[in-house]
Amino acid sequence: MLDDALNGGFENPPVQSSHAFRAALSALARPGRVERIMGAEAPGLSEAAATLLLTLCDAETPIYLAPGHDSEALGQWIAFHIGAPLVGPSHAMFALGAWDALMPLTGYPVGTPEYPDRATTLIVEVEALTPPTARLTGPGVETVARMRLPETDPFRANRALFPLGHDFFFTAGEQIAGLPRTTIVEDL
Amino acid sequence: MTDQTGATTSDYNFAYLDEQTKRMIRRALLKAVAIPGYQVPFASREMPMPYGWGTGGVQVSAACLTPDDTFKVIDQGADDTTNAVSIRKFFEKTADVETTEHTQDATIIQTRHRIPEAPLTEDQILVYQVPIPEPLRFLEPRETETRKMHALEEYGLMHVKLYEDIARHGHIATSYAYPVKVEGRYVMDPSPIPKFDNPKLEMAAIQLFGAGREQRIYAIPPYTQVVSLDFEDHPFDPSKADAPCDLCGADHTYLDEVIIDDAGGRMFVCSDTDYCAGRQAQGHRGRLSPEAAE
Amino acid sequence: MYVAVKGGERAIDNAHTWLAEERRGDTSVAELSVAQIREQLSLAVNRVMAEGSLYDPDLAALAIKQARGDLIEAIFLIRAYRTTLPRLGHAEPVDTGKMACDRRISATFKDVPGGQVLGPTFDYTHRLLDFALEAEGLPPAAETSEAQTGDTPRVTEFLNKGGLIQSEARSDATPPDMTHAPMQYPAGRPLRLQALTRGDEGFVLSMAYSTQRGYGRNHPFVGELRIGKVAVEMDIPELGFAIEIGEVTLSECETVNQFAGSRTEPAQFTRGYGLVFGQTERKAISMALVDRALRWEELGEDNLGAPAQDEEFVLAHSDNIQATGFLEHIKLPHYVDFQSELELVRKIRRDAAEAAMQEAAE
Repeated sequence: MLDDALNGGFENPPVQSSHAFRAALSALARPGRVERIMGAEAPGLSEAAATLLLTLCDAETPIYLAPGHDSEALGQWIAFHIGAPLVGPSHAMFALGAWDALMPLTGYPVGTPEYPDRATTLIVEVEALTPPTARLTGPGVETVARMRLPETDPFRANRALFPLGHDFFFTAGEQIAGLPRTTIVEDL
Repeated sequence: MTDQTGATTSDYNFAYLDEQTKRMIRRALLKAVAIPGYQVPFASREMPMPYGWGTGGVQVSAACLTPDDTFKVIDQGADDTTNAVSIRKFFEKTADVETTEHTQDATIIQTRHRIPEAPLTEDQILVYQVPIPEPLRFLEPRETETRKMHALEEYGLMHVKLYEDIARHGHIATSYAYPVKVEGRYVMDPSPIPKFDNPKLEMAAIQLFGAGREQRIYAIPPYTQVVSLDFEDHPFDPSKADAPCDLCGADHTYLDEVIIDDAGGRMFVCSDTDYCAGRQAQGHRGRLSPEAAE
Repeated sequence: MYVAVKGGERAIDNAHTWLAEERRGDTSVAELSVAQIREQLSLAVNRVMAEGSLYDPDLAALAIKQARGDLIEAIFLIRAYRTTLPRLGHAEPVDTGKMACDRRISATFKDVPGGQVLGPTFDYTHRLLDFALEAEGLPPAAETSEAQTGDTPRVTEFLNKGGLIQSEARSDATPPDMTHAPMQYPAGRPLRLQALTRGDEGFVLSMAYSTQRGYGRNHPFVGELRIGKVAVEMDIPELGFAIEIGEVTLSECETVNQFAGSRTEPAQFTRGYGLVFGQTERKAISMALVDRALRWEELGEDNLGAPAQDEEFVLAHSDNIQATGFLEHIKLPHYVDFQSELELVRKIRRDAAEAAMQEAAE
């Protein structure tokens, strides 16, 4: 158990985190685009989700682990590599889990009119990022993009909150896709 | 390697900033991308160059750079202005990245006051240095007030100001840092680029804006709607000097006016030096090109 | 034929070499050592430590040497260095009641327990140039006495015992850190005090002076000014207790200000507080006055619209590194912006001339 917690970090943090960040930036700036992101391994997580956590989180970012991802082993890994406090949904800067386990979205901060950035970023572990199920338009999309989403209604409701709302990363294996609050989501 | 202060640059982390600072900036950048045009507060660090000289842009570039990047820095459109040289050297030393003067070869371009003439691609990031990120600052100096105005989408004051310009001068008297509305929501300062560049703000590349002293980061994702504020009877006019470039003959670029003699003689040259050199290499000639002058 | 100006890189390198030469000055004059600066220009060193937010006399002296005596430039060097240092932990709050005072005066009482200690001050020097300093030599030794041992109680605490002065709210909350989080308004007192203690001495002085002249007057008395060394302790989790890791010299000023009161609250004096690294008493007193002016809302006073009462105005403009950077950046090329203004002015003038011609023709 402890071995798991001590392993799986970056061998070269400045360089690996820089590549990982660029993948995350590209994914969020271009909804529908799938990027590769790798370098970290954590108990029970995809390489993409582990790498994203290690790239973005530290002692200043409270994390919520949804049921199914709230194992002691992952908690220890986060304590050792990241040092982030584990909190409930209402205080989470980042939330991590499977889609159903993360629900309901109403439990997470959406920001305030003065500070819409103070909203939770959700990292959703999924089986796969293809085949697409939704049609995307909005910032980052030249004409129309496509993406696999667990459902579409919650993202329409999220879009209606703009400029408040949640931002999402979807992770599977070494792959990551992003969905910011600005994206207009329709069923394909 | 030692720098001017005698400190060895290897004492510092890759791209100068420590990893915790980079994470903080990266989180702000992602929120900025998610809320186009909204100014995300960030805990700007003191940099080894003065505030007002690109510390915001430098921090954003440092948080984005990977060792695989090719980096270009321009100031006023030119690669060889002193501050552009200084910032380029900083990253050559601290991040050991390749640098270039060719727009199309760069993966990250840090700029002050210009958008390159050549269209940028999806594989590029444009980082702007921003002095005053708040477009409403000159109408309302208080941060507490402007924050409320953005929250309430209360931009009437800005329209009144622009309309007063028209009443007094017959034109909107803002020629650079011309305010835009992003994705129909936030009024944003595009940094002090000439308004000629405003139409280029809708582009394929990711645009990131860093204001170090004012501790703000904001962004325009690719293909985001960016509208320059105007009125039906006074539409936005991205004007420039009514002349072609005297070196490459281009009639579609932003021009610098250069005084060339005591009698007030002047010439116009592209402010984007790389674009101008590229055109000359392709055989384009202007009124004062070496061949024409002979 | 026109050739665009090139060679920015060479110009910068040459400028730096020339700068290094100028810094050294006439080489027939002996070079200053960092130790000389630290020992003999100690008030400059103290100011650089205070506004650089880094307590290290040797580095501050080095920065002064490198900056050719330009203190804002030296402060800048220290700040830029400081920001690269890892943060290993937090010290316990220092206890200035246990300060070993070199100087301790109260203007509100003729004498106080612990005594008035004048200390090494310029206060009663006649400001006559001392030409004897042109010649080098040792000054006469000052008289010494036994150092006082034991705590030095604060003057304001005597007032507090009688309920005559407003007591400060106690809190164990971790204060926000202005170097790790973006400034947000309203900032609150912990952030205000942080900003003021590293704020520009001249700016804080002028703000304080403006309150004395009537722009937000708050009738201050120096309840106590003390300068001396305090121990810095750090909690070591492995040991389970705090150990002393060093000592720092601080200047602390508490002012006793005009009383406030209402029908329900009897009249009470109020306070302002200043605490600054090193022997920096002008700054500490100024800080206390500005702190007090900024507390108008908390103490139920009117906003008189005075600059020193305006938290956002004071805090946003107190930092000399921000101010000097932004001020001096207008030296950078702005010809692209200027060109766009030039075109616009020409256009407006052309339109006006055409309109005048048309009017004349009609």
